[in-house]
Amino acid sequence: MSPISRGFMGRRRPVADPSRVPPGQYLTDDFPVLSAGPTPHTPLDQWSFTIQGAVSEPVSWPWEEFLALPSETIDTDIHCVTKWSKLDTSWRGVSLDTLLEHIETEADYLTVWSDGDYTTNLALEDVTDGRAWVAYEYDGQSLDPEHGGPARLLVPHLYFWKSAKWVRGLVLTPDDQPGFWEGYGYHNHGDPWLEQRYQGD
Amino acid sequence: MIWQLARVRELVDETPRCKSLVLETPEWPGHRAGQHVDVRLTAEDGYRTERSYSIASAPEERELVLTIERLKDGEVSTYLVDELRVADELELRGPVGGYFVWEQKLGGPLLLIAGGSGVVPLRAMLRHWAAGERSVPARMLYSSRTLEDVIYRNELERLAADAGAEIELTLTREWPKDWTGHRGRVNRQLLEDLAWPPRQRPLVYVCGPTTFVETTATTLVELGHDPSRIRTERFGPTGS
Amino acid sequence: MEALDGNAIAGTLLERVGAEMTAARGSCAHCNATAQIAELRVYLRAPGTVLRCPSCEKVVMVLAETHGALRIDSSSFRLHLPASEDLPRHEPHGHVPRRA
Repeated sequence: MSPISRGFMGRRRPVADPSRVPPGQYLTDDFPVLSAGPTPHTPLDQWSFTIQGAVSEPVSWPWEEFLALPSETIDTDIHCVTKWSKLDTSWRGVSLDTLLEHIETEADYLTVWSDGDYTTNLALEDVTDGRAWVAYEYDGQSLDPEHGGPARLLVPHLYFWKSAKWVRGLVLTPDDQPGFWEGYGYHNHGDPWLEQRYQGD
Repeated sequence: MIWQLARVRELVDETPRCKSLVLETPEWPGHRAGQHVDVRLTAEDGYRTERSYSIASAPEERELVLTIERLKDGEVSTYLVDELRVADELELRGPVGGYFVWEQKLGGPLLLIAGGSGVVPLRAMLRHWAAGERSVPARMLYSSRTLEDVIYRNELERLAADAGAEIELTLTREWPKDWTGHRGRVNRQLLEDLAWPPRQRPLVYVCGPTTFVETTATTLVELGHDPSRIRTERFGPTGS
Repeated sequence: MEALDGNAIAGTLLERVGAEMTAARGSCAHCNATAQIAELRVYLRAPGTVLRCPSCEKVVMVLAETHGALRIDSSSFRLHLPASEDLPRHEPHGHVPRRA
């Protein structure tokens, strides 16, 4: 065990309601910027969100059409695998249920891809029934590029590395294909309440 | 076995935002100018976090010195600057680094370009240079926001007066009315004026925030300096 | 968020691999540009560490620590280590005699 640094507390906030903080997590009021690469800057007139792969017909929305889709506000807690949890975050976005509404598929999984070559994998059942969104507003403002703007995936019931920043589309797949961090040992599913940080957890 | 415990022997206020930690390190193997250490803090409940800090002292000195800038919302820097006391212990890993290092045998002319707290490892290099034969000239270009943010100001003046180091300060946000130093950010003109001409092949060390380092290094290459004679170290908040 | 550089992982590489590596030179598998590890662009806690080529920005190295074990994937950064006789002859890393 490391020697204790006298008087060091770090920036953790006291936990008022433990039922909202998954095991092994600390609370923060900040919104740390953690990225695997430089912030992409795709001009909005070149941006699109695409659903393709094991589907009868791929579909794609350019930015203006995407903003015109039915959207909702999402108030939720988020949990990062680096042990930070932030409660009561507020977003606006389009539900994956809306985006997948007319998609015909027999696939059970999807690979999410983003500008900057980032990918992550999810089960279809983890992004349906009101569990996932493509979010373009945070805290009442347009989503900052540093935090994934113009739009990011939001899947708050899983560790936040699954909520891919700068999201551009989904590829539906019959099998579960590990994405970027999953290929390096991070958990395929990533449920913070079961503390599924790494493969084998 | 490269983590070790250091004890705080003295705390020195350098500027309103910066403090030097003078440390006793009984198992210190020695270090080279420009190297850094990783500091690890552990809270009582086991929470742990780490940051890197450049060594401010020269290899010739008896004690290890780190100079810490308190960052707004900095988790570790606020602890080190505001809370740490004499006789406290700090866990360190190091010394680390073999690229951003200067020693006498590497020669020169030696050009040290600092943005803000990037001056810390360059001060170690300058002290090491002053302690030696000074067979090459040494020049420092140091950019700070205001005069009170200039770290080691008195020492830099002494190194200029006594050891013949050439110290050029530039202030970017505000300066005294009678300021005789440079004003404004380090830009192409200032680099052209103050760097040795490329044909003299200075050995250049640039340290500071990422944007500062990248702009400076790019400009030096545009001015004709050999990229292999330019070494860089980027400082920054780690975002977590 | 601004990247740091390979100096930021010097301690990890020294402790876990056992060598000072920031001065090691290699080439990017994507664009062939050469760089020393200290010159690579580093993104920490991403949740792992991602190193990118300073020239083309593509990923050249990834460090991921899971259950305490460290995976280092440097397959896109091809190290070129000089011949032993080309190495400078000087004291071992870190050893500088202290003045009394």
